[in-house]
Amino acid sequence: MLPPFHHQREDAVSAPTSTPTPTTATPPKAVQQPGDRIFAGAARGAGILILVVLAGVAAFLVIQAVPAILAPSSELPGGTSLFAYIGPLIFGTLLSALIALLIATPLAVAVALFITHYAPRRLAQGLGYLIDLLAAVPSIVFGLWGVAVLAPASLGLSTWLTTYLGWIPLFAGPVSATGRTMLVVGITLAVMILPIITAVSREVFLQTPRLHEEAALALGATRWEMIRMAVLPFGRSGIISGAMLGLGRALGETMAVAIILSGSGIITFNLISSSNPSSIAANIALQFPDSTGLAVNTLIASGLVLFLITLLVNSLARYIINRRREFSGAN
Amino acid sequence: MKTVRHSARAQIAAVGIATGVLLTGCGAANESGGSAAPSGGAAAAVSGTISGAGASTQQAATQAWVAGFNATNPDATINYDPSGSGAGRTQFIAGGVDYAGSDSAMKADEIAKAKAKCASDVIEVPVYVSPIAVVYNLPDVTDLQLTPSLIAQIFNKKITKWNDPAIVAVNAGKTLPDTAIAPVNRSDKSGTTANFTDYLSKAAKADWTYPGADTWPIQGGEAAQGTSGVIGAVKAGAGTIGYADESQAKGLGVAKIQVGTSFVAPSADGAAKLLEGATRGTDGGQFIFSYSLPRTTTDASQYPITLVSYGIACSKYTDAAKGKLVSAYFTYITGTDGQAAAAKAAGSAPLSDAVRTAITPAVSAIS
Repeated sequence: MLPPFHHQREDAVSAPTSTPTPTTATPPKAVQQPGDRIFAGAARGAGILILVVLAGVAAFLVIQAVPAILAPSSELPGGTSLFAYIGPLIFGTLLSALIALLIATPLAVAVALFITHYAPRRLAQGLGYLIDLLAAVPSIVFGLWGVAVLAPASLGLSTWLTTYLGWIPLFAGPVSATGRTMLVVGITLAVMILPIITAVSREVFLQTPRLHEEAALALGATRWEMIRMAVLPFGRSGIISGAMLGLGRALGETMAVAIILSGSGIITFNLISSSNPSSIAANIALQFPDSTGLAVNTLIASGLVLFLITLLVNSLARYIINRRREFSGAN
Repeated sequence: MKTVRHSARAQIAAVGIATGVLLTGCGAANESGGSAAPSGGAAAAVSGTISGAGASTQQAATQAWVAGFNATNPDATINYDPSGSGAGRTQFIAGGVDYAGSDSAMKADEIAKAKAKCASDVIEVPVYVSPIAVVYNLPDVTDLQLTPSLIAQIFNKKITKWNDPAIVAVNAGKTLPDTAIAPVNRSDKSGTTANFTDYLSKAAKADWTYPGADTWPIQGGEAAQGTSGVIGAVKAGAGTIGYADESQAKGLGVAKIQVGTSFVAPSADGAAKLLEGATRGTDGGQFIFSYSLPRTTTDASQYPITLVSYGIACSKYTDAAKGKLVSAYFTYITGTDGQAAAAKAAGSAPLSDAVRTAITPAVSAIS
């Protein structure tokens, strides 16, 4: 919506230059007051500052990671190689975030649809506030809840899963004695990223053109068909960007994973046993305090990998959103 | 109307009384502070600020030490950042802190660097000794007895059932359940893990092939963050077993460990006796009191799974006031009062007289 409007403004401003003015050689400039200049400068400064900070973080990570990359593998933690150390962490990070996303996205879309299209208005507002409130809960509180409540409560589910679905590698067992498993981490992360996906989806669903919805209803669509034909196609890019924001949070989540997960450096798809791959952020939080020398460089190298994964995920989301824009029905 | 006015007057009176109390309270405090300072100052009261960093194991003890130290030196400020042993040593060597706490003794190159930074000798003395308990969660089994070899095989998952014949053999007369054993280890780096694995690598050589290290050497298995995390995980699961500071073991079964021919429960006394029987490392100079603990002891008065945490300082500070404060603080924490305060607050084992006598020259060398 904004860019065309912006262009129009520019045209309007540049229009006088084409009018023939024989008396003055230089075209009249747009009136600029000090406020304009200050605002333009401040806005540009803020934009540049973001880039500088990002570049600074990237430079710090690279400089600190280089000793670990160049060091002989025998001196690294684990004693094998940098990839053997970071590999399981990457796997654990992606796996936990993926589980969270798989659980949270459908749930968040359903909640957003309920709030925007099904719930009575007063209830919808209250629900909206509640969801936003969930986003304000600190992650360490979610972590404590996960380890004290969810982990013991998951034992029954895990036992059931391994008894009846044990042939699926995900639920091979044996069931962890304490319930501090990848599955519980995934569920906790799902709860944590639910608010942001819901909030973004809700905003997009609310902006579905009224005419599209009414047209669908007028053609005889039921409410669900209307949502499927008008609301969801319109909101698709919104859902994806909401999910990507949530994924970003799940990838970087530190304290909740550190508290809940019984993690070590292994790669396994088994979600309910006591042996789980740790995540990059949680591993840094756990190992950093007592690390010195090369071990610190190795942890920072793993941080660099997380930085790159997050950048990659975000670029991918941008790419998907841009590619889908033409088909979204928004224009 | 009348009652309202009455109550309003009563409120004013109450506020007046409260203010009066506050004022007199303030006055009294000032007076006593004013009179106490000169009398204490004449003896040895020191002032100023020093900062330390290092082992989180010393955190609870440090809180008690600072409180006790401030009682006689109200103008002194002591900051301790429990950022971890490694971080503490690194910061001390870099000159970022005035003293450090560490669960492991400094290595030779660290001592050399620290000496260069201090431009003087370096002091390293044991300040905090604590037994590590092997805790388990089997509601009906008390006084479980374990040999070093059994502990090693349980934690490296060679023995997986509680009623394994090898465990039953040393626990005659007890009924052990047919449940799986779930060993719980620390997921973060810790001095507790370092001491526990050091014990296993020495006392159970045949069954434990890993060296002592602050990172748990085995992949897979229950892992939890911090002492509280391990205790929480052991309490939450059935058939779990873990290792943690003895002071935190309340409410759980505590295993007796085989020493020689008898089985010994963790105790402050046993831990202190073990340090007494330890051999002092020779490298590093006259003021470095790093000990190699006799993990394979056969003396039943000693408890072999014991953690020793050190205090590290310079022997001479360029800022004389700072040196005076560090000296007074280290004298206090290694003294009987400081050790008793730590024992009360953190459940540590007070240093024995023999050890204290040995390290006194080092502590009094600080200036």
